[in-house]
Amino acid sequence: MQNTMTDTAEKFDSKSYLNMELLRFTTAGSVDDGKSTLIGRLLYDSKSIFEDQYENIRATSERRGETTVNLALFTDGLKAEREQGITIDVAYRYFSTPKRKFIIADTPGHIQYTRNMVTGASTANLAIILVDARQGIVEQTKRHSIIASLLGIPHIALCVNKMDLVNYDEAVYNKIVAEFREFATRLKTRDIHFIPISALNGDNVVHRSDKMKWYEGVTLMYLLENIHIASDINHIDMRFPVQYVVRPYSDEFHDYRGYAGRIASGVIRKGDKVTVMPSGFSSKVKSVELDGKEMEEAFAPLSVTIQLEDDIDISRGDMLVREGNLPKQSQDIEAMVCWMSDKPIQLNGKYFLKHTTKDARAVVKEIKYKLDINTQHRITENPSIGMNDVGRISIRTTAPLCYDAYTKNRDTGSFILIDEGTNVTVGACMIID
Amino acid sequence: MSYTLNHLKTLEAESIFILREVAAQFQNPAILFSGGKDSILVTYLAKKAFYPAAIPFPLVHVDTEHNFQETIDYRDSLVKKLGVKLLVGSVQESIDTGRVAEEKGYNASRIRLQTTTLLDTIEKYKFDCCMGGARRDEEKARAKERFFSHRDEFGQWDPKNQRPELWNLFNGRMHVGENFRVFPISNWTELDVWQYLAMEGIEMPSLYFSHKRKVFNRDGTWLADSPFIPMKPNEKAEEQVVRFRTIGDITSTGATFSTASTLDDIIQEVASSRTTERGGRADDKRSESSMEDRKKEGYF
Repeated sequence: MQNTMTDTAEKFDSKSYLNMELLRFTTAGSVDDGKSTLIGRLLYDSKSIFEDQYENIRATSERRGETTVNLALFTDGLKAEREQGITIDVAYRYFSTPKRKFIIADTPGHIQYTRNMVTGASTANLAIILVDARQGIVEQTKRHSIIASLLGIPHIALCVNKMDLVNYDEAVYNKIVAEFREFATRLKTRDIHFIPISALNGDNVVHRSDKMKWYEGVTLMYLLENIHIASDINHIDMRFPVQYVVRPYSDEFHDYRGYAGRIASGVIRKGDKVTVMPSGFSSKVKSVELDGKEMEEAFAPLSVTIQLEDDIDISRGDMLVREGNLPKQSQDIEAMVCWMSDKPIQLNGKYFLKHTTKDARAVVKEIKYKLDINTQHRITENPSIGMNDVGRISIRTTAPLCYDAYTKNRDTGSFILIDEGTNVTVGACMIID
Repeated sequence: MSYTLNHLKTLEAESIFILREVAAQFQNPAILFSGGKDSILVTYLAKKAFYPAAIPFPLVHVDTEHNFQETIDYRDSLVKKLGVKLLVGSVQESIDTGRVAEEKGYNASRIRLQTTTLLDTIEKYKFDCCMGGARRDEEKARAKERFFSHRDEFGQWDPKNQRPELWNLFNGRMHVGENFRVFPISNWTELDVWQYLAMEGIEMPSLYFSHKRKVFNRDGTWLADSPFIPMKPNEKAEEQVVRFRTIGDITSTGATFSTASTLDDIIQEVASSRTTERGGRADDKRSESSMEDRKKEGYF
């Protein structure tokens, strides 16, 4: 095997790993765009495939009568998938370089793709969208881009794959880029990158291609390692959904009452004046801590425990926010929904709802339109939202939600709907301002 | 002040969030504790999540009684230090009461039998949620596991019909008799775990560090010389300098030759390793889908 790990060992020398960041990305493409090959290539060229795993896929490739080691096999998971040669569910892959740790949400291209892509996209910093250089922009490309935009993924990398099959022709690449730029004017995502690659041969994936001298941009790996992601998190509007109340009931901490949670956005400091939602009571931050260690300030997405100066009745589902910077509060919510159940969304149907740490029930008051995910066209006549459909709905909740628009805050702007009979998650919702 | 976190702090924040969700959403949750580094990490993160209150979950050890003594010593001292409750589910008891039959032959192992003991233990204590230290990078079936993994009344996992998991919203709703497995450190890799343990200065069981031990080779795996593993006539124990990358039941835990004697040494070794940690696990080598099959039946 040609790979050696010596350079990786050096790379991880000393305590440099204490400065590594975490980047989450998702991959989308239609069935034969070479998505699995690309992931296999990223892992292989970044030396993240181990000998026993490599040996496994080498043996499988040979058994199947393939002439080269099929890197795509590395992403095969379940038995049924290996038998049928398809991917069924979102799979998570991991690799790291000295700069960053990466989490890939590997989402299947065909069966239930909207549902799976939405799942993978919900926490992603970046979406890789693959295009087959021979096919150009197809309906699936647009669909995946619209979902990425809808889910508020901050960065898109459009990879034009299989450049080897079009003789690494610059004109082919330029035509695809131009067409996508035109289409992308209607997307919310502002940061879009274009890279010509061959996942099969490794061109511009980790190593620069010597076959596309005309391309002056970076490799995909360079982009993943260096793209600025610190601003992906909202550090302005402090939102702290209370997750759990810590009461030790011990002699030493007799009167201790700590509010445990994960900061959804913004920064919180000792001494900050805060308002408790929805009650509207005010108090001051007495301490921000974790594991008994106080901090001067903490920021999203840290999990901390907060003590307040005043004894107020606060429980799970409440939200601490900075005084003077309040979220919206209402029982009537407008949202885009991505539906994930065989049974279509029911007008006047009741569902359980989960928003931040709050549980409520909701009734669907109106189905405003269904979105044609290929054209962004709105279907308003008798819209029915079924499996893998996206649309706009109005709901009324049993208790007021404290929320922000999804475009401002992915955590306080999202909720899920749960079927009351089966307890299954059926709707992924993004709140409209 | 720049508002950036390193990957370890980001993972810690996510795992603590999951642990607190479990405490909030379930009536009677528990941590499955194997004595390995991953369940030690989960326990340590649970302490952080709820301090200064005690960890609101008992530790449950499904015990094959084919243990390394070091594992049991470490377990008992940790339980004492954290003031957490320990419950032991005994595979031996499952065998004695005829719930399961002991495997026979040289490669006999109690790994598969653990599933019955685990399900019986869940039933006995009426746990509605069991947390484990499984990670998605460990094995291909685990790569598809959710943080909140729903199990039907038979404890089975249905990989083709998992609930979508979006944003940071975790749906722990279920019917009576069903339960959940929750994996707070799903997104950690082996290297992340060691880096974090070093960053935090957490004391680990001696088995993970280089030491002299009598071992013998079976089908490429170095197993500990132990009364629980009968040797074949052609097998011979020899003293070697080894450590264990994973710690499980003694019959299926392979040793690796290593001189790594500190956490920093281990990080170096793991970073430059060319095989996966489960490469030394005899239980995964049984077939291409052995983990998936065990999981469907209700294994961790």
